[in-house]
Parts: sequence; C-alpha cells; structure tokens
Amino acid sequence: MAKTLDSYVEQLRSTRAWHSMFRSGTGAGHLHQALKIQQSVFLHLFSVKARRRVLSFSATWYLGALSFGTFAILVITGILLMLYYHPSVPQAYADMKDLQFVVSSGVFLRNLHRWSAHAMVFLVFAHMFKVFYRGAYRPPREFNWVIGVVLLLVTLFLSYTGYLLPWDQLSYWAVTVGSNIASAVPLMGRQIRFLMLGGNLVNANALLRFYVLHCMILPLTAIFFIAIHFWRIRKDGGLYPGSSQGEQK
Amino acid sequence: MSDSEKECAKNGDGMNRRQFFVKLGAGSVAVAGCGTALFAYQFLTPNVLYEPSPVVNAGKPERYESDSVTLDPANGIYVIHSPQGFYALSAVCTHLGCLTAWKQELGIIACPCHGSKFHPDGTKIEGPAPRPLPWLRMWVSDDGDLMVDRSQALSARQMVRV
Repeated sequence: MAKTLDSYVEQLRSTRAWHSMFRSGTGAGHLHQALKIQQSVFLHLFSVKARRRVLSFSATWYLGALSFGTFAILVITGILLMLYYHPSVPQAYADMKDLQFVVSSGVFLRNLHRWSAHAMVFLVFAHMFKVFYRGAYRPPREFNWVIGVVLLLVTLFLSYTGYLLPWDQLSYWAVTVGSNIASAVPLMGRQIRFLMLGGNLVNANALLRFYVLHCMILPLTAIFFIAIHFWRIRKDGGLYPGSSQGEQK
Repeated sequence: MSDSEKECAKNGDGMNRRQFFVKLGAGSVAVAGCGTALFAYQFLTPNVLYEPSPVVNAGKPERYESDSVTLDPANGIYVIHSPQGFYALSAVCTHLGCLTAWKQELGIIACPCHGSKFHPDGTKIEGPAPRPLPWLRMWVSDDGDLMVDRSQALSARQMVRV
C-alpha cells in the first residue's frame, strides 16, 4: 500500500503542472534539498544548510520558532475574531460577550487568541534572555539584536492595543493609565497622548485607533521585521553555534 | 566617477550634471518628506471632537447635605458641601488619571489604582500622586443650579456660598 502511495506521489511530482509550481524538481540528493530551500519564497530566507548541533533543542530551546508559532496563531485567530467584532463603543463589549456565549467556537478562538498573546509576550522575553545569556547578540549578529528589540516593542504594543478592545473596566482604565504614562514624555507628551487617543479622553476615537493599530499597522510592522530578522540569521552567519565552538571572529 | 566626470567636476562650479541631479532629487525627496510628515500630523489630529462639555450642571445645592462629599462618577468631579460653602474638586487622580473614590468611613479620598490618598480639600496625604486634586471653578447659574467647569482649575481656593 505504502509502495503504491509513494509511486502515486512520485507520479504526481513528475507531472508538468507540479514542475511548473515547484521548480526544484525531484530527487533526494543534497543539491535537490538545497534547491528546495533556496527556490521557495518562504524558505529562501533561511540557510540551505545548518549544523545538526545548532538545531538541537538545547541550543535555542526553539524560543524564536515558538514565538513565531504563537504569532501565527494570533494572526489566524485574530482575523476570525474580526468577523464578529465591531470597534464601536456601543457594540464592542457586547460583541466580546457574544463571542464568548453566542458564536460557535467563539469562546475557543477568543481564549486561544488571549492565551497565545500572553504566551507570545513570555516567549519573546525568554528568547531575548536566551540570546543574551548565550552571547548570541555579539558581532556579527549585533544588528539582528536591534531588530529583535524592535520586535519586542511591537509585541508589547500589540499586547497593549489589544487590551483595550474588549472595552470593559479593566481595559478602559489600563489604557487611561497607559496613555497618561505616554504623556510623561518630555516636551511632546501631551501631543503624543492626543494623537494616540484621537482626543482628550479614552473614547470612540481611541477605540478605533487602537483597533486599526492592533489589526493592521502593528501586525504588518511585525511581519516586515520578522522577515528581516529571519533573513539576517542566514546573512549574519547562521544560527549561533555557541562560544565554546570557537566561532571565527 | 569616470575620468570624463572628474574633468567636468574640475571645470565650472565643481558639480557635474549627475551630481546636480542627484542633489536635486535628494532635495525634492526631503521636501516631500517634510510635507508628508506635516500632512500626517494634521490628518491624525482631529479637528472636531465629540467629547462631553467641560461644563457640568451639578444640580440644586439642596441635593448636597451639609458636611458631605459627593462623587459624580460620570463627570469625574466631587461636589463638597463644607460648613464654609460649596466647592468642586476634580475626581481624576493627578498620578495617572484613574477615578478616585470617597471613603466615608475614613474621611479621605482614595485612588484604587496606585493607592494615592487625599484630604477632602484635595491635598495629598500619601501615594505617588505628584499634585493635589485641583479645585475647579464653580458658580451658581441663573436657575440656581451649581455649575462646575472641569477645564478651569482654580489657583486660589474659592468657596461658593448659597
């Protein structure tokens, strides 16, 4: 049976349609495997080869990949939640309650979104500490650390903007406090708060601005910097092998 | 730079055609960038706000028992009827903007967020609040209602006698 299935797959992969989609062709050699990585729009960001040791669990604890995994879950569940959520003052809280009690699987998706958000913040911090304590931030990877800091800030802003959207007491006062912290910026603090909220109060404008930031601007920013972050792993010499391995300076 | 370009640079004012156009292009992009920044700032600043008026009608003075502190949570103000007269305090904590609450049994105003405490005259007892709760301008309308302007903090204390 397995033999037959394999032969069907092999037959499929030798068709012209398959070749038109996957240019790397068929085969099991090293060259073919390298081509598979190099010729895929998604995988070509990564190195075609890596040492087995740097892919072991103990090297990275897979914290970067897990952070990206939670981000992927958040994008998918977030898009689905957007189908039932209206970012308006009379509807936001009721929509959130509908998601919990009325929409089929709504409570599952909402909780998945919420727990993944918490997990992502935790994993991003854990990733940062793991990179720091291994010394993987050092040259030639120093600029990828800077991009990582940008991604950490984007993660925190995503977390903060998403916190307002349920429009309950907790979110309302958290954003009141947070926007007042922003107004402590020297010289332009008041303008920053005004632009952030689209007014002087946490109100309809603030809810809409946070919604747009949370669902469009910040996720696109995150995707943009994640792409650079991954690509630079290859450009900066691959995954960090560890200081004891005597990497060339 | 090729030899012919170098020669061009030596002659005239030291700038060849390519350098001139590069400078012109960079300058245009800089001007457009400034314009875009200004445009973005203006676009993001709302010109009309649908926010509640800062002037609040606090009702008839008889509503407030003597020696009482009354919180109006919807408007974020206290109306205080002291033996010397009426006055209004902002109920918005000067620390990070939370709504404070009047604790009758302790005789103090307390913020639930970070624990600032105030006397009923607005002065701080303890906590992270950097300033006392401001006194707000209060007057009696022609209809005999107490009016409070939340946008006008008083620099000197002023009671309203009815």
